[in-house]
Amino acid sequence: MALIDDLGKALDSSPGGSVILTSVDAIMDWSRGKSLWTMPMGTACCAMELIAASFSKFDFDRHGTIPRADPRHTDVMVVAGTITYKMAPAVQRLYDQMPDPKWVIAMGNCAVSGGIFYYDTYSVVRGVDEFLPVDVYIAGCPPRPEALQDAIFQLRKKVDSESVAPGRVRDVEYVLPLPGDPRAGDRIQALRDGGGRK
Amino acid sequence: MNINELREHLCSEYPDLCPLFSVEFGDGSLTVAAERLYSAASDMRDLGFDRLGMVTAVDRGETFELVYRVTSREMRAGIFLKAEVPREDPHIKSLCDLWPAANWHEREVYDMFGIVFDGHPDLRRILLTDDWVGYPLRKDYEDERMIRRPDYI
Amino acid sequence: MTEELVVNIGPSHPSTHGVCRMVTTLDGEIVRHVEVVIGHLHRGIEKMAENRTYLQVVPLTDRLDYVGSMYANWAYCRAVERLAGIRVPERAEYLRVIVCELQRIASHMMSVGPAGADVGATTAFMYTFAQREQVVDLFEQLCGARLTYNYVRPGGVSMDVPEGWVDNVRAFCRSHPSAMAEVDRFLFGNVIARQRMKGIGVLAPEDAVAWGASGPVARGSGVSWDLRRDDSYSVYPRLDFDIPLGSNGDCYDRARVRLWEAIESCRIIEQALDQIEPGPVMAEAVPRLITPRPGEAYDHIEGARGSLGVYLVSDGTPRPYRMKVRSPAFCNLALVPMLAEGHTLSDLVVILGSLDPVFGEVDR
Repeated sequence: MALIDDLGKALDSSPGGSVILTSVDAIMDWSRGKSLWTMPMGTACCAMELIAASFSKFDFDRHGTIPRADPRHTDVMVVAGTITYKMAPAVQRLYDQMPDPKWVIAMGNCAVSGGIFYYDTYSVVRGVDEFLPVDVYIAGCPPRPEALQDAIFQLRKKVDSESVAPGRVRDVEYVLPLPGDPRAGDRIQALRDGGGRK
Repeated sequence: MNINELREHLCSEYPDLCPLFSVEFGDGSLTVAAERLYSAASDMRDLGFDRLGMVTAVDRGETFELVYRVTSREMRAGIFLKAEVPREDPHIKSLCDLWPAANWHEREVYDMFGIVFDGHPDLRRILLTDDWVGYPLRKDYEDERMIRRPDYI
Repeated sequence: MTEELVVNIGPSHPSTHGVCRMVTTLDGEIVRHVEVVIGHLHRGIEKMAENRTYLQVVPLTDRLDYVGSMYANWAYCRAVERLAGIRVPERAEYLRVIVCELQRIASHMMSVGPAGADVGATTAFMYTFAQREQVVDLFEQLCGARLTYNYVRPGGVSMDVPEGWVDNVRAFCRSHPSAMAEVDRFLFGNVIARQRMKGIGVLAPEDAVAWGASGPVARGSGVSWDLRRDDSYSVYPRLDFDIPLGSNGDCYDRARVRLWEAIESCRIIEQALDQIEPGPVMAEAVPRLITPRPGEAYDHIEGARGSLGVYLVSDGTPRPYRMKVRSPAFCNLALVPMLAEGHTLSDLVVILGSLDPVFGEVDR
């Protein structure tokens, strides 16, 4: 990725380069977002829904999210299930083996926060975000396959906002405004004024 | 075979074990001293209890109560074998040479309670990592990573 | 004899059916020794149960065997009912039998299909998974959840069946055997699958008994032991069903026994639907805070993987003093080193799959 990083930096700093940069970003993000190959890190119950998601009836592969068991082929790690202290080093190691750029989806309450296994247990990591940077959280115990589908779309939005220039963020509208976004206040006010559901 | 027939059968074959037999919630159990557990288990196996269902332990404060479940296909019955070992330096003879199934079960009890099974071929931790400190299912186990659930009820 | 090579498989590997690590010592391609390392999903459910009330433990039992949640629910509830002396209404018993047999189908579909996938016949997985999805849909109509049902509760079941559900179940039971016959024909009749599975991982009946194997693993070796018949519980004595048995004890027999059990389950469900009568589905006056007298109780049922038992110790408080789950998958998995020795590395995968371990239950 070093070449692309250098290219991005050079374009960003050169006069008029941002015009080209925008087009490059658009192509890069489009191609990345449309083929998010997943590393199915299924450990527990959520793995069943992860399997269900890629089989008939839900059929995720049509969104370009092909599950690959090899971390070196994949872009996004779906952590589905409880992570224990015994398992965490293996998860970390697989994450380290994935090539950049990479994303993490925490699927299910166990991966989000420990969920039902938060209290009284001595062996469960309370959320995969204790050691991995998580991009999308899916609540549910276990979440339905549709929720995973939604998470892929959310992640696609995030991928679309990334730029090849380091430190630069493309302006993309999120489904929900991020915390601290000045637009968030306006939107809530609009909802209060009756702009939402009547 | 119901529990009374089982008791009669046991008493006719092994009169010395008969007074140790008790019934609770429909399950028969045979409580023996720790030193006699192996011979009692061996007798049970000769009696026709050919399967070892599970091995577990219960923390009874001063002692650990070891619970073995043996079942018989022929008699269609199962009983518990129980023995108590002291909390300090708990030792008991392994049943691995009677039933190979005891191997993993005893490793699990060692992992969770720290009870040492003498004569076990490969006594290591099985569920937790090898460098784990303490025995989690003991009642006095403490771990800074364990958050006690607040008492709502 | 070549130089020995140690290959580590897992804990995250698509062929391990979960988080299992196998440290394999190879001589060329022949497996000389396997060390199975489990515990990567040890969540301490037995410890957690000690600080929860009897009713609050039920959701934890869902997560034990997540392919067959109803079984752990039922085994636990039976132990609690035995401790607290709760009598379950007859309709609830029938409903428990119906949902557990449906669960058996769903669970075996997650084993027969991967058995095909392990030998390279991925198509079989698609067919069996479609059947499983139908059962999961039925469960969703019944209790709203796809995987963790929390349906069987101490004293009965959480709710009665919705309108039209019985007809849906009947329709499924009519279509399921023919779908299984199709899978039987194209998977177990396939010459490649037969060659990959026949004679692999042969388990002798006396070994199956001595190692405490149960369920389809033992029955594949011809050990006729099924708690539904041999230690009959609930309303099973009133139902007529066969217990499929294997003869060789190899991977082929184990997988095929599961397929036939899934067909037998349809028969059981249809009979139970004929016999079931309206009535309450929950015992009267089951307290929210079940406080049994001190003592200990053990109860077991025939789960999809074998005899699933729950051992409960009560000290007279509303919380269990000790809960122990006797998980069949744990006992069955201990057979891997013995079965795999002398086979090739690719057969190791088939052998592990044929034991059908679910690691939530193995590690607890």
